[in-house]
Amino acid sequence: MYPELGQFSLILALLLAILLATVPLVGAISGRDHLQAFARPLASGLFVFVAIAFGLLTQAFVTDDFSVAYVANNSNSLLPWYYKFSAVWGGHEGSLLLWILMLAGWTLAVAVFSRRLPSVMIAQVLAVMGMVTVGFLLFILITSNPFERLLPNVPADGADLNPLLQDFGLIVHPPMLYMGYVGFSVAFAFAIAALINGRLDAAWARWSRPWTTVAWSFLTVGIALGSWWAYYELGWGGWWFWDPVENASLLPWLAGTALVHSLAVTEKRGVFKSWTVLLAIVTFALSLLGTFLVRSGVLTSVHAFASDPTRGAFLLGLLAITIVSSLTLYAFRAPVVHTRTRYGSLSREIFLLLNNVLLVAATLLVLVGTLYPLVLDYLGAGRLSIGEPFYNLTFSPLAIAVGLMLGAGIFSRWKRTDGGWLGRRLLWPAAFSLVLSCAGLLVYGGFTPWAFAGLLAAAWVTVTTLLDLWDKSGSRHGRWHGLKRQSRSYYGMVLGHLGVAMTMAGATVVSNYGVERDVRMSPGDSAEIGNLQVTFSELGQRQGANFVAQYGRFDISRDGRLIATLYPEKRQYHVQRNVMTEAGIDAGLTRDIFVALGERVGDDAWAVRIQYKPLIRWLWLGALFMAGGGALAIADRRYRIKVRSEQPATGDSRSRGQDEGVAEAL
Amino acid sequence: MHPLRKKRLTIILFLLAGVGVAVGLTTYALRQNINLFYDPSQIAAGEAPANVRIRAGGMVEQGSVVRAQQDLTVHFRVTDFASSVPVQYTGILPDLFAEGQGVVAVGRLNTEGTFVAEQVLAKHDENYMPPEVSDALKKAGVDNPYTESTVTQ
Repeated sequence: MYPELGQFSLILALLLAILLATVPLVGAISGRDHLQAFARPLASGLFVFVAIAFGLLTQAFVTDDFSVAYVANNSNSLLPWYYKFSAVWGGHEGSLLLWILMLAGWTLAVAVFSRRLPSVMIAQVLAVMGMVTVGFLLFILITSNPFERLLPNVPADGADLNPLLQDFGLIVHPPMLYMGYVGFSVAFAFAIAALINGRLDAAWARWSRPWTTVAWSFLTVGIALGSWWAYYELGWGGWWFWDPVENASLLPWLAGTALVHSLAVTEKRGVFKSWTVLLAIVTFALSLLGTFLVRSGVLTSVHAFASDPTRGAFLLGLLAITIVSSLTLYAFRAPVVHTRTRYGSLSREIFLLLNNVLLVAATLLVLVGTLYPLVLDYLGAGRLSIGEPFYNLTFSPLAIAVGLMLGAGIFSRWKRTDGGWLGRRLLWPAAFSLVLSCAGLLVYGGFTPWAFAGLLAAAWVTVTTLLDLWDKSGSRHGRWHGLKRQSRSYYGMVLGHLGVAMTMAGATVVSNYGVERDVRMSPGDSAEIGNLQVTFSELGQRQGANFVAQYGRFDISRDGRLIATLYPEKRQYHVQRNVMTEAGIDAGLTRDIFVALGERVGDDAWAVRIQYKPLIRWLWLGALFMAGGGALAIADRRYRIKVRSEQPATGDSRSRGQDEGVAEAL
Repeated sequence: MHPLRKKRLTIILFLLAGVGVAVGLTTYALRQNINLFYDPSQIAAGEAPANVRIRAGGMVEQGSVVRAQQDLTVHFRVTDFASSVPVQYTGILPDLFAEGQGVVAVGRLNTEGTFVAEQVLAKHDENYMPPEVSDALKKAGVDNPYTESTVTQ
């Protein structure tokens, strides 16, 4: 009964989405206010029905209703309750429903928090969101119904959730990632709405900026969680594999990062408008591409759920429709907008443009690396894979260049910056960063060009960011007063950039100075790694809720002093008979010690992987800093100030006026 | 030149330079780092180059896995049921590595015709068959023991 209600509410949601996609748009084009006014209630209704469907699916999981095929395939009565909850998005159908729930949630949020927007604009934005929702609701109803029943042969128990997904990281990783993916649909909707009514101005950038920043922050956290999960659950200590599915999430992130910065220029200076719109479209298209790659089965990986060809074709169709229609609209409307604003060749505009060029280049690079093997395979030109060395060789220099550009850009001024002044300004930070990075090399012992370049970029970003904060916070009334006077969005930028530096430092140090050893050990054996002594002291067995585990006890000591005891496990899950490796990790701010049991290689001998991972936590901590920066930036006062008139701003002059008092934050 | 045009020209030149560098680096890196896939029959026929990083895959032959007594070296044979290739690997094998399972190995063929693997991949799913492997089996005219369209994950 309940599953049918779930499906029914999905159908109702589809009808509402169709209305949302059409009625307000007709109202906006024909100028009928009463039709535009339908947008908000329709958005609310849409969310309610999608939420009901999601709630009913969750209920089916919690009550072990194995007559629902999706539940039977992805759950089991022995599964702990919290995993029953997260199993809702543990498979294709449910994760798609989560996607749609997020989309409906974002639509509702736009409806609720955009009361200050002109009603024409809001009608158009919500209508575009409605169109996207129609596409995905059709997709789920036609190809991936999560409520399909297994009648009359109801299985006695479920096939269980993949043990890889029975983990805290997997409870939170997909929702965060989807919040990011789907959140870019708002930026997309704003861009399309702006193209439709030809009003690409600073006000448009101001409206879409906080939404983009929030989505970007969620995506940042989502990617970091995925990397963290891979590190302890799947990756034998690796944190990024350049797996096509990981790349699928990195693509919209890179484009989104470019978009966040380009929106800043458009809001502050009213330039780069066409470029910003294009980026908004591209970012969302890349989110859709990511969904297609992961969900269609063209890729096989942990994330690829199903390989039903109709699903792939449907998603590809959605992707094609989105890209073709929005680019067509762009081609017809974008040239209308032009600008007369001037800026010099060393202005902040140029630095941000370079940032965009580098980020877009990085996006293209990852895109090529991801799609090239797929395309060749599709053409029948052979199967090949592109490995890590490709990305290390090409992505790293771009990342370092972004860092170096960032540090210089912070000191540049809008419109024009004097070259000599900028050079003198950057001299001391450059010298200081050089010293810092050399100190880093000494601490970790050993020079490699990559380690040096990475540390230099990280130090450079940190030093310039902090120096800029020091300069800006100078005040006659004392430092504290000066610090308090800075806007939240400025602090958001500082935090975000420090996060970039942290992630860079972490990635550089762990890739260059991490130590990894695979050894054969029996209980009683010891192994040396760096200055650590690792002793395999005993082997034991324990029962989990739905698995049996063999565990090893490893004592880690330095200079004869015990610093940690780790219990890596080898688990066998009852239902799927899968063997899983649970690593033992001693986590720390400066280093992780990682011990994992491989397979049993002799009577009592085991293959053991021991790793020393310096600064690895900084990778994810940096991502949290970036996301925190995004959160601070949108908490800025200027987004909450009541706009005096309901009319949209039409020119740059006005937006420049509003910038008074707000520091030139990005 | 008109200052506005000059500015536009600078921007375009910058863009072109960026794109050029990116394209150059990408093609260079691509040429260095493409790992082609060969199935056991191709390797047996001498089609695969020696000492070049390639990927090879098939099923782990029953009864072929031999472990060294002292360290983590493993020898096994990968087969497509028409030909088979000896593989040598030192390190930790994935959890799902077993005789009769599909695997893909990345490594180099040495001059004696042994595939020295740097990495062995087996997916975390017993129904999963790497697409390369199922293709290789099909090519060798062997029935794929697993159905391809089952829901993985």
